[in-house]
Amino acid sequence: MSKESLDTQGTSGRSYWRSLEELSQTAEFRARLDREFPREAAEMRDPVSRRSFLKLMGASMALSSLVGCQFALKQPQEKIVPYVRQPEQVIPGRPLYFATSMAVQGYGIGLLAESHEGRPTKVDGNPDHPASLGSSDAWIQASVLTMYDPDRSQQILNAGKPATWADATAAIASAANAAADGLRIISEPTSSPSVVAAIAGLSGAKWYQYDALSNDNVANGANLAFDRVVNTIYAFEKASVVVALDSDFTHGSPTSIRYSCDFASTRRLENDSLSMSRLYVAEPSPSNTGTMADHRLPVKAGDIAPMAQAIAAALGVAGVTAPTLSESVTKWVTVAIADLKAAAGKSIVIAGESQPAAVHALVHAINASLSNVGKTVNYTEAVISGPTGVASLKALVDEINAGAVKMLVIADANIAYNAPADINVAEALKKVPTVVHLGIYNDETAALANWHINGAYYLESWGDLRAFDGTVSLQQPLIAPLYDGKTFLEVVAALAGNTTATAYELLTSYWKSVQGTKDYAFDKQWQISLHDGTVAQTTAATIKLTAKVGGEIPASGTGLELIFRPDPSLRDGSAANNGWLQEVPKPITKLVWDNTAQISFATAQKLGVKNEDVLELTYQGRSVKAPAYIVAGQVDDTIVVHLGFGRTQAGKVGTNVGFNSYALRGTETMWFGNGVEVKNTGVNYTLASTQEHFNLEGRDEDIYHTTTIAKLIEEKAHGEKGHKKHEIFSLFPAYDYSKGYQWGMSIDLNACNGCNACVVACQAENNIPVVGKDQIWRGREMQWIRIDTYFAGDSTNPSIYQQPIACMQCENAPCEIVCPVAATVHDEEGINNMVYNRCVGTKYCSNNCPYKVRRFNFFQYVDEETPSLKLQRNPDVTVRVRGVMEKCNYCLQRINESRIDADRENREIKDGEVITACQQACPSQAIVFGNINDKSSRVAKLKELDTKFTVLDSLNTKPRTSYMTKLTNPNIELSGKME
Amino acid sequence: MSIQSVERYQMAQVFNRRTNKIVRLGIFVGIPLVLALLSSAWWYYTRSDWIRDVGPANAKVQPGGGFSHQLHVGGLKMDCRYCHNSVELSSSANIPPTQTCMGCHSQVLSKSTKLEFIRSSYAKDVPVQWNLVHDVPKFVYFNHSIHVAKGVGCSTCHGNLATMPVVYKTQALYMSWCLNCHRNPEQFLRPESEIYNPAWQPPADQIAQGLILKQKYNIRSKLQLTNCSICHR
Repeated sequence: MSKESLDTQGTSGRSYWRSLEELSQTAEFRARLDREFPREAAEMRDPVSRRSFLKLMGASMALSSLVGCQFALKQPQEKIVPYVRQPEQVIPGRPLYFATSMAVQGYGIGLLAESHEGRPTKVDGNPDHPASLGSSDAWIQASVLTMYDPDRSQQILNAGKPATWADATAAIASAANAAADGLRIISEPTSSPSVVAAIAGLSGAKWYQYDALSNDNVANGANLAFDRVVNTIYAFEKASVVVALDSDFTHGSPTSIRYSCDFASTRRLENDSLSMSRLYVAEPSPSNTGTMADHRLPVKAGDIAPMAQAIAAALGVAGVTAPTLSESVTKWVTVAIADLKAAAGKSIVIAGESQPAAVHALVHAINASLSNVGKTVNYTEAVISGPTGVASLKALVDEINAGAVKMLVIADANIAYNAPADINVAEALKKVPTVVHLGIYNDETAALANWHINGAYYLESWGDLRAFDGTVSLQQPLIAPLYDGKTFLEVVAALAGNTTATAYELLTSYWKSVQGTKDYAFDKQWQISLHDGTVAQTTAATIKLTAKVGGEIPASGTGLELIFRPDPSLRDGSAANNGWLQEVPKPITKLVWDNTAQISFATAQKLGVKNEDVLELTYQGRSVKAPAYIVAGQVDDTIVVHLGFGRTQAGKVGTNVGFNSYALRGTETMWFGNGVEVKNTGVNYTLASTQEHFNLEGRDEDIYHTTTIAKLIEEKAHGEKGHKKHEIFSLFPAYDYSKGYQWGMSIDLNACNGCNACVVACQAENNIPVVGKDQIWRGREMQWIRIDTYFAGDSTNPSIYQQPIACMQCENAPCEIVCPVAATVHDEEGINNMVYNRCVGTKYCSNNCPYKVRRFNFFQYVDEETPSLKLQRNPDVTVRVRGVMEKCNYCLQRINESRIDADRENREIKDGEVITACQQACPSQAIVFGNINDKSSRVAKLKELDTKFTVLDSLNTKPRTSYMTKLTNPNIELSGKME
Repeated sequence: MSIQSVERYQMAQVFNRRTNKIVRLGIFVGIPLVLALLSSAWWYYTRSDWIRDVGPANAKVQPGGGFSHQLHVGGLKMDCRYCHNSVELSSSANIPPTQTCMGCHSQVLSKSTKLEFIRSSYAKDVPVQWNLVHDVPKFVYFNHSIHVAKGVGCSTCHGNLATMPVVYKTQALYMSWCLNCHRNPEQFLRPESEIYNPAWQPPADQIAQGLILKQKYNIRSKLQLTNCSICHR
């Protein structure tokens, strides 16, 4: 296909497209479209891949055989095993919820964990915690699976041989004693006050923190601007203009959940308001935030700095001169500046973690000159102290090479895997006499240590963490450590010679000493803090600062730019063994189980590269092989590689998946650099992307509605109704749904950024299996909710639209009339039930579903044999077996629980009492669920709005899930016309 | 081919005329008979008390000879909820922990050899493993709390436990049996005061009383109660 054919197709004929193949209508694409399941081969493709698939019998997946299916006349006798002493509060059959917190890059995210008779089965945000506000993201949702991962390290190892904690503590304490001033600790960054204090108490020890995704650039930028490291907190809910310079602030960071929520509140038109914020995003490759932008500008990562300079110069920041920019960039920047000026005090300029420190310093000055500081931008004391980036790791390795390190304790940090390639960690570790590794996996770094201590997972640990705004939240264990793992606090205490204290004793004694209260008063306060999940009055106070400009802006280079990005699902790769994260289709590309060298269409043509070609990327003398993937909307002359793959000792699921892009990373080019060389090896590598699966073909105009806010205001003024209403009649008599509870859902496309939180939350709640790359390649993914990505317009900078699609619960359901065994039927409350035990697997229902939301168990995907994985399952949801169809049922188990509770108390279910798993997880609160018969419910009110539409309305299926039209707020100066 | 050679290959008929009768008999009588036998064997097999463990003859062997409801409920008049304490709150009625047994038996019959297994469970912190009697399939989500709140007494499903030295099933727990009540609950509803009465017998005018109770308990319609999603999810 040629570039020309792409663009003509894109602008004239169809309005939406899902992939470049669809845009150009290649023969291959047409052929695939004709089949519902793209590669419907009865057998697995090739014996090699089938063998490797069978090997993945470990965490979260298995093709279990018919073992255990023995012939017997009677059902096997089951046992009832009651408690000997029943714990207080435990009522069998009812879950308990405990407040705890999880560390994300060292910052605390407050959570509520659901516990069924002592097993944590699901985690969700704690509504009282500032970093979560009750919601979560895919990373947090998937964390519960890691807890039950059978590949977790299960014992203490000394030189590879099992040892006891007593042996380990004795050895550690004596080695620490002998090391004296030569004791060094390296850990992932942590905000834990108790850990910081404990390490500070170790005499002679030095502590380094290293995070491969460190936001050291942000800290250094603050240092340049204010001569000290401070913490910046943005108030997106107050901003009417946001300019994001290569910043994906709604996805994948410790603040992204909160910022998604705050930002979405300025985009939602719920209470008949007709104003929304405007978002400008300049970035090299489309991010989740980029898809929400009113004006997205694809620019190279190295070209962001001149844009920041131009903005600063135009706003009169002292000491900045405007550089010359290309015409299109100048226009974009000029318009953005005008908008920023008009919204002074109500705007935000934010730069991404990957941008150099000088850009961050510029941005501080820009926000100051817009008088945003104190309004939309606030500063507090730093929450995590000290450098956490590559400088820190380099200093440690230099010390080791100088022979100053006698003993090294490594906590969680997988430095043997995620260090940049020009720091040889493996070589350095050989020079340290005693290396102690603490971690939940026996990973790449553990293999290089003398001692490996199996760590306790956060759901098994006592601890404390601080949120991005300083709020302290406590971590309480939901379960005793499955494998008797230890926490970082206990290991630090052992270094100090205290080998017997438990983490609980260490934690409480620290907080007693801090609060200086007597036992009784302390206990009372402690119980309250544990219950709430946060410690009262610990939020950091804002400080007043004056910004100055500093640092050197690196010159924007020429040639092919190599950009490193954390993987949208796996981030730094520490959770590579988590099947849920591996299998969730990545935003935009919808790839699973792989990372790629992302490349723009024009650059691919220039280099003679097509999708799935294996490229040899050579950068600064290091090279890796990576499959190419063409991404619409990526800027030309860039290659984006995602970190987090290519693990060599991750476990059965994550080992040897994708390629290791850390092998290209250098200390000077942690995030991007110029001059990568690309060679097409001519080898083909199969990638699995769900982008073209379940295509709702040929019905474009009926799927996704979008308009601009200006047009909406005009329509309102003329009294026009939002969208044409179809008058269609059904041959079947209409059913009366006017009584009782009638469940419905509304999804606000204006708030959704496609972050995948709902997809993984649904997987956790509904016991959805993981199927593996090969099965996904055949279109057999099992997630009940998917996020469809549509592109519109020019392929170089398309508008990108995200749409979560799950079962619509049609009132005239096409699936029901074709089922020969009545396995899918409607209930009185409007839900399309799936009766697993009746299903014989004809798949007619799926064939007849226009939304393609039904999922079939082609194999025994659920692992029913691994004991630890059984503990994770939700006991309120049936575990499905091979040969049955399944699909979203609006979290029927939650509806039933609430209905029973309400009926028992002889009352109605209140609005907001039943929340579905996807709704609960959604950080931007795009999903609203409730009783549409209750006209005062939130969902019923949303369904009354003009911007509401239903997908494939013309089919008269009467879906219960409706959508709110995607609105954009473009600046007429840039968009050129009222669209 | 000459006529002679044809004759050479002619043989006597293998089957004589009677065979036709036998075959017809086999098709029209024999096969249906076998099918009928097989299906009645299947019918008997799946419906038999033995297969579903119904009745005192099919009582399960329990640790320590089993807990005598006859003695505790029938004789001592203990309330069901003394041990099954979450029956009003949760899907599970709760099988009591060993601690509940020891609440009395640390004082009463504290030396009895019959209770040795309880004492040892308590001392060693090892749970007693009872054999499950009332077992519904895993895709059925039965909730005790809603049934006792809406006038379905214990003995409707569990029988008169006050007479059972060892628990056995009095109902086979077929889905048709569940639906019988979900369709016409008035047959089984009883006043609030009688829910935990194991010996409750329906009055002569049960249907009339039941219909009044159905109103009083706010019981959902037949259509709603027979939705698949009421029990399966």
